[in-house]
Amino acid sequence: MITPAVPKSWYLPTKPHKFCPGCGHGIVLKALGEVIDELEIQDQTIFGCDIGCSLLSWDFFACDSTQTHHGRTIPVMVGIKRSRPELITIGYMGDGGGYSIGSQHLLNSAVRNEKVTLILVNNTNYGMTGGQMAPTTLPGQKTETSPYGRDPETTGYPTKGPEFLAEVTSEGAYVARATVSKYKQLKRFLKNALRNQIEGNGFSFVEVLSTCPTNWRTNAQQTWHFLEDEMEPYFPVGELKSPFSKGGDK
Amino acid sequence: MSLVRVALAGEGGQGVQSVAEILAEAAYNENKQAIYIPNFGLEQRGGVSIAFIQVSDERIGAPKFNKADVVIAMSERAVGRTAGYSDSNTLFVYDDGFNVDAEELPAEAKQIIGLPAVNTANEELHPRVFNVIIMGAVIGLTNMVTFEAAKNALVNKLGHKFENNPDLRELNFKALEIGKRMAEEALREGVAK
Amino acid sequence: MLKVVDETKKAFLTGNETIAWAALAAGADIMFGYPITPQNEVMHYWTRLAPRYGREFLQTEDEISAGFTVCGAVQAGKKAFTATAGPGNVLMQEPFGMAEAMRLPLFAIIQQRGGPSSGTVIYSQQEVALTTYGGNGEGYRIVYSSASHQEIYDYTIKGFNMAWKYRWPTFLLGDGYQAKMREPLEMYDPEEKGIKIEPTYPLVGLPGKIGEDREPQHLCNIYSLEEELYDVVMKLSAEYESIAPEIIEWQEHHCEDADIIILTHGIVSRAADDAVKALRAQGIKAGYFRPITLRPYPAQQLRDAIAKSGAKTLLVAESSYGQFERLTKQEIYGETIKMEHLYMPGVGIIDYDIISKVKSVL
Repeated sequence: MITPAVPKSWYLPTKPHKFCPGCGHGIVLKALGEVIDELEIQDQTIFGCDIGCSLLSWDFFACDSTQTHHGRTIPVMVGIKRSRPELITIGYMGDGGGYSIGSQHLLNSAVRNEKVTLILVNNTNYGMTGGQMAPTTLPGQKTETSPYGRDPETTGYPTKGPEFLAEVTSEGAYVARATVSKYKQLKRFLKNALRNQIEGNGFSFVEVLSTCPTNWRTNAQQTWHFLEDEMEPYFPVGELKSPFSKGGDK
Repeated sequence: MSLVRVALAGEGGQGVQSVAEILAEAAYNENKQAIYIPNFGLEQRGGVSIAFIQVSDERIGAPKFNKADVVIAMSERAVGRTAGYSDSNTLFVYDDGFNVDAEELPAEAKQIIGLPAVNTANEELHPRVFNVIIMGAVIGLTNMVTFEAAKNALVNKLGHKFENNPDLRELNFKALEIGKRMAEEALREGVAK
Repeated sequence: MLKVVDETKKAFLTGNETIAWAALAAGADIMFGYPITPQNEVMHYWTRLAPRYGREFLQTEDEISAGFTVCGAVQAGKKAFTATAGPGNVLMQEPFGMAEAMRLPLFAIIQQRGGPSSGTVIYSQQEVALTTYGGNGEGYRIVYSSASHQEIYDYTIKGFNMAWKYRWPTFLLGDGYQAKMREPLEMYDPEEKGIKIEPTYPLVGLPGKIGEDREPQHLCNIYSLEEELYDVVMKLSAEYESIAPEIIEWQEHHCEDADIIILTHGIVSRAADDAVKALRAQGIKAGYFRPITLRPYPAQQLRDAIAKSGAKTLLVAESSYGQFERLTKQEIYGETIKMEHLYMPGVGIIDYDIISKVKSVL
């Protein structure tokens, strides 16, 4: 029997994890665990999670971890980093937490070039509360609070977080968008975002396009289709801002 | 010394709060109990600014008061604004050059005193020391601090300016002296009446 | 560490400046703040003084962030604080709630201004309910209501100490008058005075190798089951109640034979003190009672004062419309003393106001 390799920085007593089948969080957290291992930062990492589905990750890692409020992980991480710069702070949140209720924290921590790493999982809806419309819900997408499909006339267009963060951040910032459908790239971006903090360059942000079959009400094939054919064209994947020269991110 | 309560009022930029702060500081330096509280509502931007000062040998209670021992209105607008702080024990002071209707003056006062402070500042000294004349007047009316303590507090506050311009020092001391004398004379006249 | 106050000395300061000095003397490491009147000068003085002593400051994007950055900093083991007022206090209820739930040693200065809403920037005592019982919790807080600059200095130092000793969010409840007025006080080094400075320690970012030297820290703040939360809240309640007697502070005088007890807190108690003196001089037997801690409230002490005096009337005077009286009523439920009140929301109260009220109700 082949046992899948588990990152050393995962906290085994809480595995298997509590995310729904088909949810992308597990993939993001697997990649993050491997990166923490490879960078050997487990002992000085502080993992902070938001409220929303991301809250289920509060005891996911064998790293010191703290659970905050919806949208407030960023200031908690900023408070930790400002008082203990030697620690590596990772704020983990969803699109509602980062782009809506906590958007002032996201914008201002980016502008101040806070030396924290933020990972925002974009699954185009509020998963934990039952699938309401999020800032990232696609035009026409049906959710519990947009049952006839999101109408951009009345609710605007989906928030493109990395694009606006790339605009407002200064030199030294790292901004990227990854997807759970491209695991190697996801890992590379997460690693760059953490390296950037370790080197003290500045603010680091990775949005990760992810899946939510439970609230999308999709089967495996439809889930993958929505991610690759609906989301990815709207939210282009790649590094939008990086202090590392090409090839420097090996 | 028993409790003395002074309300100073004028336009923003007239130095109302500076005068109050210097007076309170002078009293503190003489080991008296002193409280100074600015009226710091939105009106500090372009309205009448009021400072409340209390000096005593004993512990002072509430930081504000309804009726003052001395009210000084340093502008025409300040007269009407401060009339309410006057009662039958209050010395109410304003500039005799102000164009003020009789009904704006307080209904009750121990004495209403018009001082030629603006005129004296403009013609004998310098418009800038109008507030120091007023400071001298407060001392002349209350003896809440000694003249020496007031001079020292002025030096503490304006010392750097005095160093650059020694004439300024003399000008300020003279203004303080004139203000004090002006007030003392007004009190004597009030008694004579 | 560079000493902040070498030797005990007199000073003539505003209340906000006093807070900055006291926080330095207490060994505060970092302040997070957002501008709002009348607390701005706490930040102004802190930002000028802090670099001289190697301390830090961050101006955050709003009060929510100021509160949560403090939550982060204290989790990392640093002595952190913030200061706010009015609508800023409303926004900070969210992080204050987190500090209650997670037992974070957060210290905050509240300089009350007029309300509701933006109200005035000047003065009131209308943030009593918010500061004692705000948030979606049970009011696990320590709240000191100061009445002089000396107390502002003393209780800022004590506030940090209590926060770190007992790990409840702790507040100094001042007001716009105390923030802005100047009066004399004595500044001192707490340790020279024999005041032990409570040590700080981190909840996250601990030393040692995970899995070898120690287990990882997992700080939980949301629960899946009703019963889980019930257990947490019952434990928090029991712990809060058990330490309350060690924290409660109050002042009273002339209550032994009083016919009427005047109950005030904060700066209004100065007027009450003068009023009692004046009334006694006129032959009216007035007594003075003042909770210094509004949470936990000196309920038994007030009951005792009522009992020993045999007073017929309790007069509550406050610069709000009954917040302090409601707090008192819930604490002394069952007492049969007649209650009278002087409500002056958003307005200063002087001895004359209290004396007149006493005469009108006797």
